[in-house]
Amino acid sequence: MTSRSLHVAVELDATADSLSPRALAETVARAETAGFTFVTFPDSPVPPRGGSRLEATTRAAYVSTLTDRLGLAPTANVTTAEPFHLAAQLASLDHASHGRAAWVVAADGSAETLATIGGSRLDPAALHRETADVVEVVRRLWDSWDDDAVVKDTATGRYLDPDKVHHVDFTGARFSVKGPLITPRPPQGRPVVVAADDLAEAARPDVVLVGGTGLDDVRTRAARARAAGAPLVFAELEVLLGGSAPDGPWPRGDRLRYTGSAAGLAELLGWLATGVDGVHLRPGVPGTGLPVLIDEVLPALRGEGLLLPPEPGATLRSSLGLRRPESLFA
Amino acid sequence: MSARLHLGVFYPGVGPQFLWDDPSNAPHTEIDTAVAVARTLERGLFDAFFLGEGLRVRENRGRVHALDIAGRPDAITQLSALAAATSRIGLVATQNTTYNFPADLARRLASLDFLSGGRAGWNIVTTDNAWTGANFRRGGRFPHERRYERAEQFVEAALALWSGTAEVARHTDLVGLRATPTVPPSPQGRPVLFQAGDSDGGRELAAKYADVVFSANTAYDQALAYAEDLRARLARYGRPAGAVRILPGATVVLGDTPADAAERAEDVRRRQITPQRALAFLEQYWGRDLSDHDPHGPLPAVEPVEGELGPSRGTISIEDRTGKLDRIRRWRELAEAKKLSIHQLVLEVQPRQHGFVGTPGRVADEWAHYVRTRAADGFVISPHLLPATLDEIVDRLVPELQDRGVYRTGYEGTTLREHLGLT
Repeated sequence: MTSRSLHVAVELDATADSLSPRALAETVARAETAGFTFVTFPDSPVPPRGGSRLEATTRAAYVSTLTDRLGLAPTANVTTAEPFHLAAQLASLDHASHGRAAWVVAADGSAETLATIGGSRLDPAALHRETADVVEVVRRLWDSWDDDAVVKDTATGRYLDPDKVHHVDFTGARFSVKGPLITPRPPQGRPVVVAADDLAEAARPDVVLVGGTGLDDVRTRAARARAAGAPLVFAELEVLLGGSAPDGPWPRGDRLRYTGSAAGLAELLGWLATGVDGVHLRPGVPGTGLPVLIDEVLPALRGEGLLLPPEPGATLRSSLGLRRPESLFA
Repeated sequence: MSARLHLGVFYPGVGPQFLWDDPSNAPHTEIDTAVAVARTLERGLFDAFFLGEGLRVRENRGRVHALDIAGRPDAITQLSALAAATSRIGLVATQNTTYNFPADLARRLASLDFLSGGRAGWNIVTTDNAWTGANFRRGGRFPHERRYERAEQFVEAALALWSGTAEVARHTDLVGLRATPTVPPSPQGRPVLFQAGDSDGGRELAAKYADVVFSANTAYDQALAYAEDLRARLARYGRPAGAVRILPGATVVLGDTPADAAERAEDVRRRQITPQRALAFLEQYWGRDLSDHDPHGPLPAVEPVEGELGPSRGTISIEDRTGKLDRIRRWRELAEAKKLSIHQLVLEVQPRQHGFVGTPGRVADEWAHYVRTRAADGFVISPHLLPATLDEIVDRLVPELQDRGVYRTGYEGTTLREHLGLT
């Protein structure tokens, strides 16, 4: 990474005012215009504080036909998913958005989460294996149709070339999947995989999200992620802008945290641009933090030539400078 | 209350129904096609747009079936994308009770329902075989004969999750979950429940829970008998006869004259049953590779492989998988007597789906008769060409139905439940 510019992603929470379809559509349209590279949709099978949240892939799909350059990154948890459905859902989001889908991998092995599917808690070793297995089979399923599998050859009457649609024959620790996927290969080949650095070894993501207790720690962890083969590294950054107070407790996570003015945040991001490829912002107050980011912080970055906004019609991979992967079966 | 006809479209995902080789035909897997189709349906004041489900790519003798269209989106994901691109049409996802987790599916359907402003439907199916199950965690785990028991417990759990904000817990040998709902109710309260199974178990499930049945009984006498059977079952569960809309599946071929329509229908059939598909059809029965045979030549002289039609998956209905040697013997006699080639024989013996063929006025008369005599409340149409089949229906058949007073002239409400006239 040589340029002093960066991709900015932002988390859209589903609570409070963004819960209505219209509010969701408007928020996402403004985020796209502002120049965010992608938006993330947090999710979990268990309720958030406050109780209400829509399922993330469904939310992302809803805005797919209303946008044309913004990456759409729903969170999906590996331990409660059918890997086959998950692969089809994310592939379908990629088709619906003409190549702008990503997947934020979540791996929750808690008893409460597993209970939603009638399962029980996973220990750390089992959780690691489950994460690796689900991400691996999802990738194989995305690859299970060659890009040119649909031939529409009227001479032979063949719609498909059967040699170009593959069984994946995957056997993991807790499940197996025969394949192929029901959905043709997505426009990006594979949607972009995003995961926190503690999941990176299992998930081998395209974008690693690093936390850290301070700027030096973020640099160290970014360097470590890069050394481990991460194509892109984003810093996680919780923000509370313009003297607003968090709406309730704001528990400290393993992430950078910024509290202060929009100008100060733009300055911090400029500094981060020398060490990471992008940042993933999490507004501490979803309803008010995002407008300040859109109205003040991103224009400031643009003014400095620091922002890498996506071009209309671009796939998320091309916005991020990631190559389109060859199929494992090609 | 006056008779009112409801229309839906079953969007093709697989099968020979669909003429992919026609130059006018739009690519069915592309989102832009689906958006255009959904908007056409809104122009035609349809109630619903249906996506089917197939959880394993169809195979013929262990290889992917090459001749028919294939490729489907995940239904709820695709319909959520369509929700933002449309404003009235109902969005119905076919989803399995065997290969889904109840809390996850209930939450996804509720999210679609909320985002679409109350236009979601769930077409409940219970497909269950080890071949499909090989793609899933629970593959083949539930005994086939208990699939409706599982379906019933699954639906009960979903209804409980949609009825409030309290935790729902179920711990039986068929359904296990402990989950708290997170999605607020939509303007229609909860997704509309569709049911498509025609077995006794399927009819019971429909009578207990369904708001709509997507029936396979289309020909008038069968449709009427089915409707009467369902109404009797409804009464047994204390539900009024009008609690369920009955929508048989239908194909439609229109023409300027009866002869023109009949000719077009025959042309569609010949293009659906291509020489290559005819050969593939026989291969399934013969249980061997017949690719060295000419579909325009005589029936294979080689003997079929003994044993029933195990290796062919997803392309022949279960009831047609037994008694194959008798069937082949009859086909040979028929081909001999009438001097039929492989292609001609298959055109002759492939079962004909009950379709509506005629001038727009004639089909409208026929449909008006169905609804006035309560044999059906409408139809779910499977198109053979996108967008041509639907454009014709919207532009030519819908006005005839409106003239007869059996079809709306504008949407009265915004939710699927309102479109269907369900209380």
